[in-house]
Amino acid sequence: MLFRFILSRLGSAAILSVGIILVSFILTALLPGDAATSRLGERAAADPEIVAAVRARYGLDQPLYMQFFIYLGNLLRGDLGTSIRTQNPVLSDLAQFGPASAELAIAATLIAIVVGVGFGIVASLRANGIIDQVLRVVSLGGVSIPIFWLALIAVYLFSTVNRIFPSSGRLNPGETPPPQVTGMYTFDSLVAGNWPLFISALSHLILPALVLSAPMIGLLLRFTRSSMLEVLGNEYVRAAEAKGLPRHTVVLRHVLRGALVPVITVLGTAFASLLAGTVLVEQIFGWPGIGAYAFRSASNLDLPAIVGVTLFVALVYITVNLIVDFLYGVIDPRIRRA
Amino acid sequence: MTTPTTDPTLAPDGIPIKRNRWFPARKRLPAAWRRPLAVVGIVIILTWTVVALLAPWVAPHDPLAQDFDRYQPPSGDHPFGTDVVGRDILSRVIYGARVSLPLAVLLVTLSVLVGATVGAIAGYVGGVVDAALMRVVDLFFAFPAIILAMAVAASLGPSLTNAVLAIVVVSWPAYARVTRSLVLSLRETNYLAASRLLGDSSGKALIKEVMPNVAGPVLVLASLELGNAVLLLSGLSFLGLGAVPPSPEWGSMVSAGAAVFYNYWVALFPGLAIFTVVLGFNFLGDAMRDALDPRSARSVATSEL
Repeated sequence: MLFRFILSRLGSAAILSVGIILVSFILTALLPGDAATSRLGERAAADPEIVAAVRARYGLDQPLYMQFFIYLGNLLRGDLGTSIRTQNPVLSDLAQFGPASAELAIAATLIAIVVGVGFGIVASLRANGIIDQVLRVVSLGGVSIPIFWLALIAVYLFSTVNRIFPSSGRLNPGETPPPQVTGMYTFDSLVAGNWPLFISALSHLILPALVLSAPMIGLLLRFTRSSMLEVLGNEYVRAAEAKGLPRHTVVLRHVLRGALVPVITVLGTAFASLLAGTVLVEQIFGWPGIGAYAFRSASNLDLPAIVGVTLFVALVYITVNLIVDFLYGVIDPRIRRA
Repeated sequence: MTTPTTDPTLAPDGIPIKRNRWFPARKRLPAAWRRPLAVVGIVIILTWTVVALLAPWVAPHDPLAQDFDRYQPPSGDHPFGTDVVGRDILSRVIYGARVSLPLAVLLVTLSVLVGATVGAIAGYVGGVVDAALMRVVDLFFAFPAIILAMAVAASLGPSLTNAVLAIVVVSWPAYARVTRSLVLSLRETNYLAASRLLGDSSGKALIKEVMPNVAGPVLVLASLELGNAVLLLSGLSFLGLGAVPPSPEWGSMVSAGAAVFYNYWVALFPGLAIFTVVLGFNFLGDAMRDALDPRSARSVATSEL
């Protein structure tokens, strides 16, 4: 049963991935701009021989459906084209900037889970009370605030006026990154046992991660609250209370377990809002991640790079949702039959 | 059930089906008015709408005129200060409402038109067409909105029109999902069968019978999405992929202040404008969701985020 469930989810994820590749292909092939020259730098594009060679290599002289299969083949070999701006293969750019984004996204997610779920539980236990109303405004504020503006305010308050946190980058100037394990400096410096470096990496990470977590906190708070309220209304909760169990036992043992299962499912979708935020937050904090890379690519009309990022991020998103699906299926056996 | 005496205006239990053309659940709307946050939201939205409409009379100065000393801090003459070329920021923020609000309405309208059409066809025709269309919808859901919008805006070139198009590309699927599920639940109802018995064609039944019943919940979802539309649009403009200078667009004004954030007022006030507008829409939307509780609209609205 579980095996079949996993297989079917894997299958639909694979189909979705092919669809995404198709869309990214259409973006490169059909939108204005010569796909051949856009893969090359300016100097190379001026040389007709090189252009012809690239056209042949990417099959741009072939009919469109053949072009798609060639594109697919190139992707399978890890060839996402060459960035116009950096002149590097897009894949190696992604590999370089990926860990920084992963570190930021993971930190923001952890903050959002602790704060969002925590306050969501508090709000549900005090439903319609004054604390609940305040938290409602907080959560609506979290999803309403323009994150680029919040980031600027955070930099102004905590880096410019009060020098509590550094305003940009991942480490202080002059510090060398820890030996590469994951590429996430906080983790790697811990592995290397380098405490001063860990503190430095952490102090650079906190502010952008807090800003990035704001919309996700809003989302998780609301969702946890409604999920908790739904479970609190169940018969078995009343039964547990009728047995005379203390309130905290009922909440922690009976309610929380049932209420948090649906929360896992929003994590996948909340992750998407997080990805959108990274573009803006990384730009403002000078965080050398994929979001900043995507922005610089887009503002330089670097089509191969931006399509590469789109493809990559969509695949990450599918993978995250696949994992969420699995988790959900494992925790709640009823889902597997659906 | 197949006897000709079945009254299509009665539900199986004999209670008349109330078919209000545009707001099937209108009788429950007043609940929204009893919520303080909803009232705050309405006041915010109305204020901004009035400001946008009366901009030429409300704004103290010309939003484009470079008449003053650059980077003046907020003062009596310039409550929001002046910007890099000496324009009055208050006037620009006021005129900004004329950019963001109509464009948000426009792009949500376009998304609704595209999404509802696709969703209605999928739900009404069913079968292979439905399956194929819904896979396309899934596909667009998998793309992170702002990054796909960036790709579209980057390849079409930066302009407000292209930013609107880019956001429509990423936001129509939500309406397709809701409309489809609503049409599916309607498809088997009695009055649709009655319409068919009267000899209406599918197309006519879709427009005459299905559309009015779907419109309410879809409009609720659309109103919930107005805030998101403002956020996405100003985000793209902040990145330089939307409004082109010297247009007084809030996102690009914040962007202009980002480089000089020690002159905090340049970015602070336009950002505050975005925040209040989006907050207004979300206060209102939150209350409407609670009051109307169209389950389909809610589940899609949360999954779409």
